[in-house]
Amino acid sequence: MRNYKNVIAAYSIMIFLIILVGIFQSWSIALTILNYCLISAVMTIGANIQWGYAGLINFGIMGYTALGGLAVVLVSVEPVKKAWQVGGLNILACIWIIVAIIFIVKFILNRFDKSKLRNYSVASVILGGIILLRVTAAPGIEAIESVDPAKTGFLGGMGLPVLFSWIFGALLAGGLAFVIGKIALGLRADYLAIATLLIAEIIVSIIKHEEWLARGVKNVIGLKRPAPYEIDLQTSEWFINLVTKFNSSKLNLINSISDKQEALNQMVIDASSVYVKLCFTGLFLTVVIILLIVTQKALYSPWGRKMRAIRDNEEAASAMGKNIVKEHLLIFILGSAIVGLAGAMMVTNDGLFTPGSYRPMRYTFVIWVMVIVGGTGNNFGAILGGFVVWFLWVEAAPIALFLINLFTSHLPETNAVRVHLIESAPYFRFLVIGIGLLLIMRYRPQGIIPEKIIKQ
Amino acid sequence: MDFLNAIIVLFNFTVIPALAYGSQLALGAIFVTLIYAVLRFANFATGDMMSFGTMFAVILTYYFQSLGFGLGVLPTALLTIPFAILMMILYMLIIDKFVFSYYRIKKSPPVQFAMVSVGVMFVTQALIRIIIGPSDRRFLDGEKFIIKATEFKEMTGLAEGITLKSTQAITIIVTLIIVSIMFWFLNRTKTGTSMRAYSDNEDLALLSGIDPKRVVLITWVIAGILATIGGVLYGLDKSYRPFVYFNNMLPIFAAAIVGGIGNPFGAFLGGYVIAFAEIFVTYAYKRFISYLLPEHLEPDSLLQLLSTDYKFAVSFSILVIVLLIRPSGIFKGKVI
Repeated sequence: MRNYKNVIAAYSIMIFLIILVGIFQSWSIALTILNYCLISAVMTIGANIQWGYAGLINFGIMGYTALGGLAVVLVSVEPVKKAWQVGGLNILACIWIIVAIIFIVKFILNRFDKSKLRNYSVASVILGGIILLRVTAAPGIEAIESVDPAKTGFLGGMGLPVLFSWIFGALLAGGLAFVIGKIALGLRADYLAIATLLIAEIIVSIIKHEEWLARGVKNVIGLKRPAPYEIDLQTSEWFINLVTKFNSSKLNLINSISDKQEALNQMVIDASSVYVKLCFTGLFLTVVIILLIVTQKALYSPWGRKMRAIRDNEEAASAMGKNIVKEHLLIFILGSAIVGLAGAMMVTNDGLFTPGSYRPMRYTFVIWVMVIVGGTGNNFGAILGGFVVWFLWVEAAPIALFLINLFTSHLPETNAVRVHLIESAPYFRFLVIGIGLLLIMRYRPQGIIPEKIIKQ
Repeated sequence: MDFLNAIIVLFNFTVIPALAYGSQLALGAIFVTLIYAVLRFANFATGDMMSFGTMFAVILTYYFQSLGFGLGVLPTALLTIPFAILMMILYMLIIDKFVFSYYRIKKSPPVQFAMVSVGVMFVTQALIRIIIGPSDRRFLDGEKFIIKATEFKEMTGLAEGITLKSTQAITIIVTLIIVSIMFWFLNRTKTGTSMRAYSDNEDLALLSGIDPKRVVLITWVIAGILATIGGVLYGLDKSYRPFVYFNNMLPIFAAAIVGGIGNPFGAFLGGYVIAFAEIFVTYAYKRFISYLLPEHLEPDSLLQLLSTDYKFAVSFSILVIVLLIRPSGIFKGKVI
């Protein structure tokens, strides 16, 4: 139990901080932060599997997050029948062409020996395929995008419940990771980082600009939710009764009936948003706990030992007969799938899909800071990192604003320096995160909660 | 005559912009490659360091303008570059002293260096946004064009014109001067040779009496010069916006790797390879083809291989292909 003391202490401090936000700002904000902390925790578990278990640098987290988000649109949105009628055939034909190109290239690569002719023929097959794709797709895409462009203009999804999209998002991200892993995993560490960073950028630019797929930068709003809507709650009998019961002491203090009704209405509105967020918190917490149990079991299983052996000394592990290429690919897929799951959770939580908002700063580098700060190779650490860094990321601006006001209070309101500093308060979050990362890297490189090897 | 028109269309819309953009990328790529070769890490703060240097140039340009200084037809920013470079080098040396030197002495693995540079990236970005703010700024003054399309048409009597912006000409000329001086320095002077020796084999260089501190110092000085000039030229040509500079890091990395990371000449050419590929693949060839083909064969579509939205994607795809086929880059860089 002594070993877990610092873990418990760190988590208690974190929960205490979130409760402080609840008391000083509002419970709704506290729960929003908590939900995002949980989503970040899922992302860090994914990144930690790759970096902490296997030592793979994946700077493409943004790409998998975006794919997870795309999965929510593809699964939960109702299909746009008209778009399918006008352009569905072209898109299906394109999918077949892609499959055909892959098979032809594979056939050429397997069948013939390495030669210049083979390279040229592969290149020409791919080039010809791309031209064929464009010719086939162009009329279909044009037709689809002109179907009621203000509202739809895309193919829509499958119309399934939104929770399926979490699984689909993980599968999609895992599938992509398989392809990327096949291409890039042979590279040395920092090349892998750059390659994955750039590939993620390609994925996001495709999602952004292929409007027939998910409306691109026009965004998809009003996605389904696995939780009730605030409006429905505010009109339902049982919820109002519940709120009255909880606040009966406060309500009893108010004498006039109209005031009482007004106060109750306000409470119901507040409580409904808290209730919805609590529903999300429950769902996310379930996911985090399941992932934590599974990853923890995996880490201390023979498989986990094998991964650590490969991470610490590739040559020795290889000499012991471990297939390094295969294991790296597997762990790359697993980690990316978890990140995809987190991406789907995030879009579900927001209720909208905005491809324009996927930027490497927020979705790759901040997640990496979380893993490094929390503790590489330790799942409890990674989750804690998700909490701490997200908390700082959100709360840095208000804290900075408070400090600026404190230190410049002797200056007049219109002082140029003061006004400038107050305007730039939101950017202090970069400073806090950056300095935090540098300090942790320097003085506690193993993270807040370091990796623990249990000797069996 | 039609043939000449076609060539001019191509020249005006692809070659000139690609040369200018390529020069800007090339300066950044040499910066990346130099840090990689001598200090041995991939610097993820590249874009933001360029942005940091440019920020001083922008602020000083505004200051000089308010004082009434200027270079007449040339942009005032050229006057501010030396001061901006000094500030940039100072910042880099401070960062090196407090952040990178610790890991260099400890001989940390490159991955740790890369993560540290991510931390530097965050801090630099915060400083830039706190000092100058995230908004778009233009700081070009002086004469905008050297040749205008209408003048060119009058002069030659052709249907198509060539526009040469002064910023494009300045970019290309300054890049050529800087890069030639740098290659002369690296290949011909004693200090340059000692830098290359240090990059090739650190221990051997130490044995032959090369002072590592001096090598590191000179590397940062050259890096500061390249980063600031590259950033200012890009800002003059387009505009100064911190977020765009951060994003520029990606094609710059692509250029450095395509050319063979650790090889300055490769990085120089890599910049142009990336720029030309981006522009040639996303250019709509309709007007070019319509001059060459007889009238009844004129194409209906734009004849664009990829829409301009995929500009970045093109360079990244080239990078992925190069990594797959020839991981050491087109011009053999450091062994991977």
